[in-house]
Amino acid sequence: MPFTAWSKVVKEPVTIKDPLNREAAPRYRGFHDNDVDECIGCGTCEAICENEAIDLVPVDGIETKDGDSGLRPKIDYGRCCWCALCVDICTTNSLRLTNEYKWIDTDPDNFRFVPGVDKKDWYDKKDGWRKPEPNYEFYGLKRVEMGELHPEERDDSFIEMIQGYSKEQAEAEADRCVECGICTATCPAHMGIPEYIKAIRNDDLEEGLRILYDTNPLPEICGRICTHKCETVCTMGHKGDPISIRWLKRYIADQNPSEKYKKILETDKLTKNGKKVAIIGSGPAGLSAAYYLSLLGYDIEIFEKLAEAGGMMRFGIPEYRLPYDQIDKDVNYILSLGVKIHYNTTIGKDITLEKLNEDFDAVFAGTGLHLGRSTRIEGTEHKHVYQSIELLRKITEGEEIHVPEKIVVIGGGNVAMDITRSLARLQKIKYGKVQVTATSLETEEKMPADREEVVEAREEGCVVNPGWSPQRIEIVDGKIKGLHVVQCLSLFDETGNFNPQCNMKNENFFEADMVVESIGQGMDLSYISEPTKEHLEMGPRGRIKVNDYFQTSVGWLFMGGDTIQGPDVIHGIANGHKAAVGIDNFLTKK
Amino acid sequence: MINKFLGFEPDKEKLPSLTAKIGDDIDLSSHKYQKIWLGPNHPGVTGNMSVELWVQGNTVVKAKTHVGYLHRGFEKLIERRLFVQGFPTSIRMCVAEPDTNEYLIATCTEQLSGYDKAVPEMAKWLRMLSLEMARLQGLLRGVPGQGGTFALGLGVQWGVYLRDLILDRFEELTGARVYHMYIIPGGVRGLLPDGFKERMEDNLRDIDDFIIRIRRLMFHNSVFKKRAKGLAIVTPEMVDKYGIVGTTARGCGVKRDVRKDDPYLHYEQLDFDPPTDTDGDVYARTWVRWQELIQTVDLIRQIMAKMPDKGDIKTPMPNVLHWKIPKGETYVRLESGRGEYGMYYVTDGSDKPRRVNLRGPSYTHAIALLEDLLVGADVADVHGIMVSLQTCPPEIER
Ligand code: SF4
Ligand code: SF4
Ligand code: SF4
Repeated sequence: MPFTAWSKVVKEPVTIKDPLNREAAPRYRGFHDNDVDECIGCGTCEAICENEAIDLVPVDGIETKDGDSGLRPKIDYGRCCWCALCVDICTTNSLRLTNEYKWIDTDPDNFRFVPGVDKKDWYDKKDGWRKPEPNYEFYGLKRVEMGELHPEERDDSFIEMIQGYSKEQAEAEADRCVECGICTATCPAHMGIPEYIKAIRNDDLEEGLRILYDTNPLPEICGRICTHKCETVCTMGHKGDPISIRWLKRYIADQNPSEKYKKILETDKLTKNGKKVAIIGSGPAGLSAAYYLSLLGYDIEIFEKLAEAGGMMRFGIPEYRLPYDQIDKDVNYILSLGVKIHYNTTIGKDITLEKLNEDFDAVFAGTGLHLGRSTRIEGTEHKHVYQSIELLRKITEGEEIHVPEKIVVIGGGNVAMDITRSLARLQKIKYGKVQVTATSLETEEKMPADREEVVEAREEGCVVNPGWSPQRIEIVDGKIKGLHVVQCLSLFDETGNFNPQCNMKNENFFEADMVVESIGQGMDLSYISEPTKEHLEMGPRGRIKVNDYFQTSVGWLFMGGDTIQGPDVIHGIANGHKAAVGIDNFLTKK
Repeated sequence: MINKFLGFEPDKEKLPSLTAKIGDDIDLSSHKYQKIWLGPNHPGVTGNMSVELWVQGNTVVKAKTHVGYLHRGFEKLIERRLFVQGFPTSIRMCVAEPDTNEYLIATCTEQLSGYDKAVPEMAKWLRMLSLEMARLQGLLRGVPGQGGTFALGLGVQWGVYLRDLILDRFEELTGARVYHMYIIPGGVRGLLPDGFKERMEDNLRDIDDFIIRIRRLMFHNSVFKKRAKGLAIVTPEMVDKYGIVGTTARGCGVKRDVRKDDPYLHYEQLDFDPPTDTDGDVYARTWVRWQELIQTVDLIRQIMAKMPDKGDIKTPMPNVLHWKIPKGETYVRLESGRGEYGMYYVTDGSDKPRRVNLRGPSYTHAIALLEDLLVGADVADVHGIMVSLQTCPPEIER
């Protein structure tokens, strides 16, 4: 032994010469850093931390907005074990651990800090732990694909094209949700989205239905055609596909048979309070107000101008997107609570608003936007220039409409796509081929229509050619020949006002026998007669002024839906719900 | 024993006779005995536990192991956490080879959820690599450490330096030196960094050299031989009686190795034969571990040569936040540096384990076996015996 023991005496010492400046390995799990501009405060890091070392806290300079809670993670180094699960699960990849591992401080409070916000020395270090690559995820990034009819199966009929999720598909999609609630904040009705998604995971669809009806009494409808603002902000959309929130909602509603609704939702016996509320219009706002007021014990009577309930949902949205039996399922359940509805009754003609005030304790008006707007370019007075909503209504009513071989639609929103695709179907049935062109001021990227609408329209043979400003409709011998357009360069001026700029040299011509205008709708408030109108305060942009509970300055008159907000179904539902609370407060003098 | 070496052999006739039988209560008021507490704070105790010793002169007549200083309730902490949250806690159950805990907890969850078949090839090889690296760093401390218990500190210094180099490799592979947190349900948390194999090979060459030197330093050393030979003999008959595993069993010729008896990962693709010896004493156990040092270096080389160049590191699994595992139970085991190391895991269909129970060799080695082997031993040899049984208190008390 003695000689071996001496064998290293003349060797260089192996100790690290400068231990204080030893750089850790590039993957080392040292102190946290967070790119606070990328982070959205979803709190998933907080949820995974097994040591409860993370709290989400408000931070100066970061505002709460759609898709961002405004909070940022604060780490407690008295609890953290540097496992980096928070990094691996981070939904935006904003969080990381640097490879810095030395930190001496005399103030223990400093060891609780907000990475990326509280100044620390290590943020400029590029190395450290990041989510491992490749194919290392803590949740599915890809959306479970929705079955839909192929273009050739659907382009000549109005049957529903989206097929709905199976149990397995819905549960797999629900599994991807991280329960952050970012979507709830953005949803106009603040639906309990993570909660009902959880109900799907637990296969408790009755609980799911109860959660839906807490905030939305039209789930079959919204589950099909909601503008799904929730999905636009969904946390999962940062690294992968947003959760199919809309289809999951539809799954819950589809799986619960209408016969069981009353039992599940415990609305078998509602106690009446003896008060009566009149509702004008059976669109989303009116139906929502009717539902929540019924739950509170009010007797409800709805006055509907058309022959069926649903408003724009029935008469504006084509059947292939929203089948009538699904509208009926939602509407009939509301009517089954004792809500009366007077069809074909126009306020101001068949009965006055003042009369409603006399007969009822309060009135809610959700009358929507049913007047088409015109471009007023040369030629629009021709009899084959139509408004999209009047055509859509006629299609629902089963009325025969004029369908020539070549059609141009002006407009780039969802309604424009609805009429484009409806007309395409009718052409296909009549002529066996499609020749519809939709054109809009907005360029492809800026088109307000949902992307899938544009894609599906093209699949069905329609031409979507955006970025043109309509100039005049050419009419020869009383017959429409087509639409002259010029290239549209921009829509808004520096002050943000609508003021389209065009390149007059770049002209184009779309051949057509018929032109449809679909550039937005206006409201018809003619039912509000003079005595009431005098007391009605107006707000900006020609809209009527309402308070937080959608009460007008007239007191007994509440208004909501597209005339106030939106336009879309979910805002209407939210308005109707809030107004119901407002009416209840008003009538019980809270 | 040490007295013999120093040429001082007391005349036992003049001492009170060793009348107390094992298990008898020893009457301290007779003044023939003395009681000594070894630990819980003592550099010779490998963690927080203590051995209560009744001695007569220098000779131990009775020993009792006491635990209870280190109870952190890790099993319960894991039972109250999601499946994916278990591994950062699990590693603390035995720090000597943290990776073994990670492997067990990951494999239990995978088996019960049916994902065990889906663990990617690459991840399996990386798991084996990290487990063998863990064994290697343990042996680099444990083999010379045995010399250290007999006052031969130099080898420990050599070994600890080389162990640090392996920890450097762990650092670049896993992101940490000791608490690696690398094996995760479904796979592992990183591929080999560029140049890893070359740097590892450099370290292995240094270890090859160390292996030769430590042989000369310890096994050719008369002090070590005199103190270790014939000390605390484990016989083959005792192996089943006490539940002895690993190198402690192999030291007396009973070839037990989970890697061979119940192969897991890709051990059946590696070429190795677990070393054994016959004498069953401290010397034999250390000698087996020295041979295992050679073998571990070889296994790491084999793994690095056979593993694929690329591949997935983790299988896609349900969202970790909602992951539920159907009702079931399993026992998963592996060969740790200390022998069979296993975990019993029960699930009840919820998102958390119902029961987690870790079973390490120290549970028998350091209680039943140690208490018996210490009787008749010299006080100075107590911690040498304890180390030779690879006592690891944290795995006794989780
Ligand atoms: S998981 Fe990521 S994005 Fe979400 S709060 Fe934490 S750091 Fe921010
Ligand atoms: S590193 Fe682990 S313990 Fe630390 S904050 Fe992140 S999840 Fe929590
Ligand atoms: S649906 Fe998306 S935004 Fe909503 S809770 Fe789930 S992950 Fe978060």
